Amino acid sequence: MNQKLTTDLAAAAEFIWYEADLLDQKDYQEWLTLWDDDGKYIIPIDPLETDFENSLNYAYDGAAMRDMRVRRLSSGQSMSAAHAAHTLRTVSRFRRLENDGDDNVHIRCAQNLVQYKFDKHGIYAANVTWSLRPDGDSFKIVRKIVRLINSTDALAGITFLL
Amino acid sequence: MTSVSYEDLVKPDRVHTSLYKDPAIFEEEIDRIFNKTWVWVAHDSELPNPGDFVTTHIGRQPVIVNRDKKGEVRVMLNRCRHRGATICEHKKGNAVGFVCPYHAWTYGQDGSLKGLPLPKGYKDFDKSEYGLITLRTESYNGLIFATLNDDVQPLDEFLGRAKPWIDLFMKQGGGFPVKTMGEHKFTFPGNWKIQLENTTDAYHFPVVHKSFLTSLDGDTEQLFSFMDAGGYVEDLGNGHSVMVMIPELVDLEANLDDPIPDRFAELAEDLRQDHSEEEVLRIVRAVTGTGFNVNLFPNLACSMAFFRVLRPLSVEETEIRHIAIGMDGGPAAANQARLRLHEHFQGPMGFGTPDDAEAWERVQRGSEAGEDDIWIMLNRGEDKTTTNAGDVTAETGMRAAYQMWKKMMVA
Repeated sequence: MNQKLTTDLAAAAEFIWYEADLLDQKDYQEWLTLWDDDGKYIIPIDPLETDFENSLNYAYDGAAMRDMRVRRLSSGQSMSAAHAAHTLRTVSRFRRLENDGDDNVHIRCAQNLVQYKFDKHGIYAANVTWSLRPDGDSFKIVRKIVRLINSTDALAGITFLL
Repeated sequence: MTSVSYEDLVKPDRVHTSLYKDPAIFEEEIDRIFNKTWVWVAHDSELPNPGDFVTTHIGRQPVIVNRDKKGEVRVMLNRCRHRGATICEHKKGNAVGFVCPYHAWTYGQDGSLKGLPLPKGYKDFDKSEYGLITLRTESYNGLIFATLNDDVQPLDEFLGRAKPWIDLFMKQGGGFPVKTMGEHKFTFPGNWKIQLENTTDAYHFPVVHKSFLTSLDGDTEQLFSFMDAGGYVEDLGNGHSVMVMIPELVDLEANLDDPIPDRFAELAEDLRQDHSEEEVLRIVRAVTGTGFNVNLFPNLACSMAFFRVLRPLSVEETEIRHIAIGMDGGPAAANQARLRLHEHFQGPMGFGTPDDAEAWERVQRGSEAGEDDIWIMLNRGEDKTTTNAGDVTAETGMRAAYQMWKKMMVA
């Protein structure tokens, strides 16, 4: 791995950790600013799916849906979000993937999220792939795909963002 | 628990809290309800080709639903006749037959035992006596049901007055057959009847789903604000009921001349490239589903734009599947719109389901409180009858389901 790649990986990791911290702190307004205007936040059901538009997902959010999702979680109108789980996510195992013929930085990493609600802990482990567009000295998120390792099982209500 | 006491636990306007939390009652529900009546197992479109199968459950019993090479649909217990292992753990697929992984007993698509290793180890062994157990299976308008009870009434009779509503529901194919398009599956820590009640509970909608309603555009929010829109709930017999929330979306093939609402203008324009104006009107009208829920006792609801399937796991644990449906062979743009609408409300990250699940969990938690004299109340609203317009927030559907529950539990 050459020096440039390592630099990009470190910068991307720092950005992804920042995003993870925003979500654990539930700073959703700031989280919205991390996205490219055409960015897609995708949580598929089938771990092998690549045609997300024509499949059923847990989330397939463009900017408008992300805005609405954040409004819902912050509004006080949703009883599950008003008692949202506490989350603590650890993100690691960063690996740079081949470019898709663009200048974006493509990363796959592991995310292990522990949630706590109603006296119980729950684990959401996922492979997360990122397409990050360099933007000044930071990035904008073009695509974030969260593939839960138990995505085809029965899940309980998720009152936070993965 | 004797049958006399079940009579005491279900009154016309209330049920006893023990129905949510007594493990002994749950065991009897499995025996007397799920093992005795018609249980929905699959939709036709899940098995389009010979050899296609899905695995599911009837109550607690694992079953395989498949289509043989002649096109016939069978439901068979997912249990090897030798030592009882499940012969298939895939959720769906296509198979010419099934091989038990334990000792390689091999079954055909029709469940017949085709072969087994080292047959000389058995004396006077008649393979025809050891086929997979095949269940009575009948279907109506694409809905496939099976039963563990050979003596149950015909499905047609069981569905009875629910059938015309199923027919209306299937019109959301928009001129195409209805097909399933994936599912959201989730569990909640509560009794299955809490969910059974919910699909016929309009009263909760503006409260629990306020965050969903405010996320909609003005016209759609108006459509879903159906507390005072002329809706009603009707008892359809055998524990089934219909809740009409949006009367103008009961028959999707009526009023096709109405102008296309602004929010569908873009979709309509897209569809016009490949479809006649008549087809466009029909597809656009069908794209958001129907304005009613048909609750079929005990495990299926045809709910506005999706199938809701419940499975009791234990007295205080229930699995629910929200199966997305669309237009088989229909335009991609219409099916994409349906998928996005499903994702918007349903599933563990939807804008609706997590709040429902939270409410149901709260019911289970709260019903631990109190002594025997506090009941679950179902006394809201008047039933729709020939002389009464009814009320969309009436708890008629719940009363109907619990009367069927009582009838089956004391039978």
